Amino acid sequence: MRNLSKTIFFSLLVILAFAGFSNFVVPQLQPAPPPKEEVLDLSAMTMDQFVALGGRLVEGKGTCMLCHNEVGGRAPPLSQSVELTPLRLADARYEGSATDSESYLYESMLEPSAFVVAGFGKAGSGDTESPMPDVSGGSIGMSEAEVLAVIAYLQDLGGEDISVEIPEDAGAAAEEEEDEEDGEGREPFETVEEIIDEFTCGACHMVAGEEGDLGPDLNAIGATRAHDYLRRAILDPNADIAEGYEADMMPDDYGEQMFAGELEMLIEFLAGLQGEGGEP
Amino acid sequence: MPISSRTPGKRRNRIIAVGAVMVLALLLLAIAANLTGLDVSPALAEETAAASVEGESAYAPPPRLSAEDYPRIGNISSRAVVWLAAQLHLWFAAFVLAVPIFVFIIEAIGMYTRDERYDKMAYEFIKVSITAYSLTAILGGLLLFSLILFYPDLWGYLTTVFKDTMFYYALLFFAESAILYIYYYGWNWLQGDFRKWLHLTLGLMLNAVGTVLMFLANSWVTFMMSPAGVDAAGVFSGDAWAAMHNHLWNPINIHRVVANVAFGGSIVGAYAAFKFLNATTPEEKAHYDWMGYNANFIAISALLPLPFAGYYLTAEIYAYSQQMGITLMGGVFAWLFIIQAVLIGSLFLSANYYLWCGMGRSDGAERYNKYVKWLALGIVGAFLVWFTPHTLVLTNAELKALGGPYHKILGPLGIMPAKNTAVNVMIVLTALSFMYYRRSNKVATVSWVAIGNAAQVALFTAGLFNIFFLGIYHGYFTNTVYKVAASIPQVMTTLIIIVASMVLDRFIYRGAKEVAPLRWGRVPARAQYALFLLAVAFTWLMGLMGYIRSGIRQHWHVKDIMRDASVDAQTPTMGYAANMVSLGVIIFFVMVIFVFWLSQVSGKKSLAPGYWKAG
Repeated sequence: MRNLSKTIFFSLLVILAFAGFSNFVVPQLQPAPPPKEEVLDLSAMTMDQFVALGGRLVEGKGTCMLCHNEVGGRAPPLSQSVELTPLRLADARYEGSATDSESYLYESMLEPSAFVVAGFGKAGSGDTESPMPDVSGGSIGMSEAEVLAVIAYLQDLGGEDISVEIPEDAGAAAEEEEDEEDGEGREPFETVEEIIDEFTCGACHMVAGEEGDLGPDLNAIGATRAHDYLRRAILDPNADIAEGYEADMMPDDYGEQMFAGELEMLIEFLAGLQGEGGEP
Repeated sequence: MPISSRTPGKRRNRIIAVGAVMVLALLLLAIAANLTGLDVSPALAEETAAASVEGESAYAPPPRLSAEDYPRIGNISSRAVVWLAAQLHLWFAAFVLAVPIFVFIIEAIGMYTRDERYDKMAYEFIKVSITAYSLTAILGGLLLFSLILFYPDLWGYLTTVFKDTMFYYALLFFAESAILYIYYYGWNWLQGDFRKWLHLTLGLMLNAVGTVLMFLANSWVTFMMSPAGVDAAGVFSGDAWAAMHNHLWNPINIHRVVANVAFGGSIVGAYAAFKFLNATTPEEKAHYDWMGYNANFIAISALLPLPFAGYYLTAEIYAYSQQMGITLMGGVFAWLFIIQAVLIGSLFLSANYYLWCGMGRSDGAERYNKYVKWLALGIVGAFLVWFTPHTLVLTNAELKALGGPYHKILGPLGIMPAKNTAVNVMIVLTALSFMYYRRSNKVATVSWVAIGNAAQVALFTAGLFNIFFLGIYHGYFTNTVYKVAASIPQVMTTLIIIVASMVLDRFIYRGAKEVAPLRWGRVPARAQYALFLLAVAFTWLMGLMGYIRSGIRQHWHVKDIMRDASVDAQTPTMGYAANMVSLGVIIFFVMVIFVFWLSQVSGKKSLAPGYWKAG
């Protein structure tokens, strides 16, 4: 009986050690919830919003950045996709039917094997077969409108005039990725601390106890800046650049990511920062 | 026995064995042939043909579900119930499928050496698994009912695609049970030259049927990950073989066979350890010490090739879907591989520790004690490299203090080539531990012993150098694309070292002199806890890897075809998954202890004088 107790105690200890390591040593990441189905309202969408939608699709639902990134080297970077379109179309191996960046990008997304950039084909296929799935099917399942939004985003990214038009019909139950950082499809944050934390303001700014130094110190920003200035600084960060800092450092899409209530809460908080360690 | 009387007997044995294998092969061929394009109902076949003429399929696509389509019972979590039922069924199934594999081998060794100890050990192993067999069936029933109750639409879709294989699965279960019971209950009856051959043949048939059963069930699981035999909308083509033979079927088949043997070995090792600790006589201690050693040997022999089977499976997951591969290795599941590193590190350390403790069985092992600390250092070092994460989730302050997402010194150790190098080094050092163990009670007598030993040193040195060179060169001095390419030559180097060193040692120690006999039973009690650690860590590891395999489908019941719309569709946190695995392991071990206890009780007999009527 003594040996049985010792064995059980030892085994429980081992199990607890593994469970403890998994719970307390490994960071507890909360995986993103499954994409939520909702109908896109394109009727009131501006081209900027349509481009922003394309950007969110690239980062989120499309899972494009899993492979099209500079680090992994699994697929060509998307930043050059428009710029390099003429070269792709002129390639001797190109047998598709595209004539410009819009039709080339459309073809690449729906028929990825129509042309495979050298070195990025499936192993053993001699660059004739792409590892990329058709984005309109399977687990990605983009609608026609979403594909066009991605094209608009990529054209904007590549500095080219946007040739696609916003479709009037979003298609049947287009799916929108429920991204934690999107203003839509999530519950609004309830405290300013959550907003600052989730939108990682502290990575660049000194605010709310964070120590970022890439952007201006915000601990006393309310003493010198009014509400309108702060609102503009968040929605259009390049409109006014503080002395000693560079333009294009701060993301310019917080207006699309935040709920209006969150934006106002953040502005109120910043306006109240009068110094003394950043507390209002 | 006179030669004249043995020859006809041998011929008869061969005829029986060949005959049994042929019957079994014909049965399996018949099933395979029927599965190719089979529709059990002629009416359905006609309907399918008529529908295909009209350009329509006789099969419906999987339904598009909403949360309301999932029945619920009170506040019971459907996912938790199915998760536990499936995992417990799988643990027991893995155990009862693995034990006959090594029981067959041990019985054959006993027949070859005519050493009865092997026969007794094989019988004791199968005795442990016989109660577990009933539990496997009960848990399989629980899983089936859970699926039908909580996920009726998924079950309905899977039965549409796999109705044929499920029918044969049920039939084969009868065959498996029948053979197992004859094999076990007939063990003492089927003794002797001819009967023993018959018994061994039954063992072979038991393994063949068990393996086919597992392959059938694997095809359902892998279909959910890499569906085949269906179109993009999930409409079944009617070709059952195509659905079975999906992209990940064979990689999982291979991985599970190897893993099952390692797992089965670790569980019977725990049984032997438990019996050793409770043994009251030196004979009993010696028997269970020897049994524990053999169980550990089985577990480690299967553990060594397991990472390679894992690489193959992962490579095939990437080949099937790069997205799924990246979710596995680069997404939220990537952190689970750090937990996996801890578990596998525990397995290697406990197995090696057991070997080092076991060297105390012979006084001759003292010659090698000085090397143990270096082996331990090497294995712990390799474990720490494997354990080093690539990137960490950091706060801004930590990011700043570290100067970026990677640590300046330890960061390079986080990449895959470093981990591949570490695991190969760990395997090679374990092989070296085992070599010292085997040499512990012997002295080589061949004239070329010095040259032989020098060759062994050269083999291990050159091999380790090559493993390091490949890892460093491909990991840090070539393009990203070639980083993982180093893994194959590294694996080949490791395999060459293991096989070549074993062959060489066999020749060096041919006709060797025993300097100090192995005294079975002379092993510290703490060594037995290493066997418990091995069993618990392996069970936990299987639970974790099973979760990862299933979890990378994310919010899909059948990847890209049938979406999970239940309230549990979101992938849980690692802590939640770890707690579920831990709960499962605790329930499993409670059941295992019950199985051990039953096998002990079955051999006991209480005398009750005066209870029964005299005469």
